[in-house]
Amino acid sequence: MSGEVTLAQEITEVAPRVSELKRFRRVFFSRGVVVFGMVIIFFFLVIAIFAPQIAPYDPYKLDLTNILRNPDAQHWLGTDTVGRDTLSRVIFGARTSLMIGLIVVSFACLVGISLGMLAGFFGGWTYTIIMRIIDALMSFPMILLALIIAALLGGGLKNVIIALAVSLMPGYARLMCGQVITVKENDYILAARSIGVGNWGIMIRHLMLNCLPPIIVMVTMMLGQAILAEAGLSFLGIGLEAQIPTWGGMINDGRDYLLSDPILSFAPGLALMLVVFSFNMVGDGLRDALDPRLRGTL
Amino acid sequence: MTAFIIRRLIQALVVLFLVTLMVFFAMRLLPGDPIRMLVSQTQEEEFTREQLEALRHKYGLDQPLYIQYIQWVGNLVIHGDLGESILNHIAVEEEILKRLPITFHLGSIAFILGLLIGIPAGVVCAIRRGTWIDTVVTTLSNIGITVPNFWLGVLLIYLFGLYLGWLPVMGYTSPFQDFWQSTRQLIMPVFCLTIFPISGIARQTRSSMLEVMRQDYIRTAWAKGLRERLVISRHALRNGLIPIITLAGMGIPSLLGGSVLIETVFSIPGMGRLAVSSLMSQDYPYVQAITLIMTAIVIISNLLVDIAYGWLDPRVRYS
Repeated sequence: MSGEVTLAQEITEVAPRVSELKRFRRVFFSRGVVVFGMVIIFFFLVIAIFAPQIAPYDPYKLDLTNILRNPDAQHWLGTDTVGRDTLSRVIFGARTSLMIGLIVVSFACLVGISLGMLAGFFGGWTYTIIMRIIDALMSFPMILLALIIAALLGGGLKNVIIALAVSLMPGYARLMCGQVITVKENDYILAARSIGVGNWGIMIRHLMLNCLPPIIVMVTMMLGQAILAEAGLSFLGIGLEAQIPTWGGMINDGRDYLLSDPILSFAPGLALMLVVFSFNMVGDGLRDALDPRLRGTL
Repeated sequence: MTAFIIRRLIQALVVLFLVTLMVFFAMRLLPGDPIRMLVSQTQEEEFTREQLEALRHKYGLDQPLYIQYIQWVGNLVIHGDLGESILNHIAVEEEILKRLPITFHLGSIAFILGLLIGIPAGVVCAIRRGTWIDTVVTTLSNIGITVPNFWLGVLLIYLFGLYLGWLPVMGYTSPFQDFWQSTRQLIMPVFCLTIFPISGIARQTRSSMLEVMRQDYIRTAWAKGLRERLVISRHALRNGLIPIITLAGMGIPSLLGGSVLIETVFSIPGMGRLAVSSLMSQDYPYVQAITLIMTAIVIISNLLVDIAYGWLDPRVRYS
């Protein structure tokens, strides 16, 4: 008896068990660029939430006596063609971009993982029908699909969200389907079935939780893609209404004044790049921390 | 292998059929009326109801949807006829034949550069892991996969076009007409388009090579005294290339999508710009044709990637 205790103690001493959370934290925070990404995302989140308090001016207020003003102490990033403060519009642009990104990814993720789950779990015709439709959707270049849907629905916040969600959804469905097909072969699924857990119970309680790590990584990376795609639509003039501050729309508006006021296009573009870069880096960090085997597949 | 190719081919045809359904019905079922658009563009005072109906009849828009669909697919498959533009009455295939080579020219250079620069960059990073080269290339490729290409285009236009005046800021010239001018005009758009494939391929090659370099057969290759060059080219790269093929195949849709934005930024008269202008004017036949051609290109490239994958990795063939 005492011998067994000694052996157990020895094993504990040789290989101290590292908690999953500790391991996650160690891997996640080990790369400086991931921490940098977290800081940038936090910074833009704060800016987006408190935009009305932080922005020095009303981003919608026209001031025709102050058009195309160069950066100075009053207007740090100058003013645009109708006298609106560029810094205030960049700050409110963060609100628009992050809000659209979050809503789009939530919808795309919800619908995508539901379809992927159904296809992967039931297989057979359910799989064939769902996955062939997903294949068809995935054969559209993403921005073109979003562009077609947004243009045909007629632009505006709601339609842009629908267009982007439909364009991003197939990625989640395919990923989830692949995950479910692998995970459902595990013994614990068989065990759950043998004690009488029904299909829905298995899907929600067992499969969903075990398929989450790659989905979390994809959500983070897709946030950047959704923000980038929204900016692309606004840049082409098929996004939100022109007066709403969007980074893509601002880049496009500033194109005609590149020589005299390059900051009109530079400032929103830099903000856009920083946010997309940060979401990608945090996604990379999450992938390495949650499951390094996903490297190369996500 | 033949059974594998036939199976993939059937799948590709099914997906193409679904795409035709999606494209056609999306155009018809979503709001927007091309006849009203045509009327407003011709700027005639008033069209009578009968005239509107006559126009609708002329373009077959008064037929039931399934008849319109069958006619469209039938004309496409039998005659290669993609219809006629509602707004400028030009045969769609005629316009597309003019524009497709331009997009292809742009996209193919970007794709080839992606492979030629991305793969060696990734290999160097993997074999010199942790050195300054690795740090620089990895950082640049992390930036490269996230930089908005249309914004990059605007930056380049400002710097090299307007400020330094080195390169033309817009337009396209055929290389057969004026090679030097064509090259000068393509430098900036190709750079914007290729930055994503270069970065993506470099990242994938690096992680794929690092994975392969840990394998036993690489240790064996070192142990038997092979030179570094042979170990990398003959043993590591051949195996490491397999995932890169998938990524390169996936790069085709992003190149086509990128052309929509980049052709608009640099006013290049290719398929992407035509897609945007015809969507704005709701010219159905153009939108249908462009979308169908772009998706067909993606489906064919996916098919080729699958076949290449099956050829390189027998496990895929039998799964």
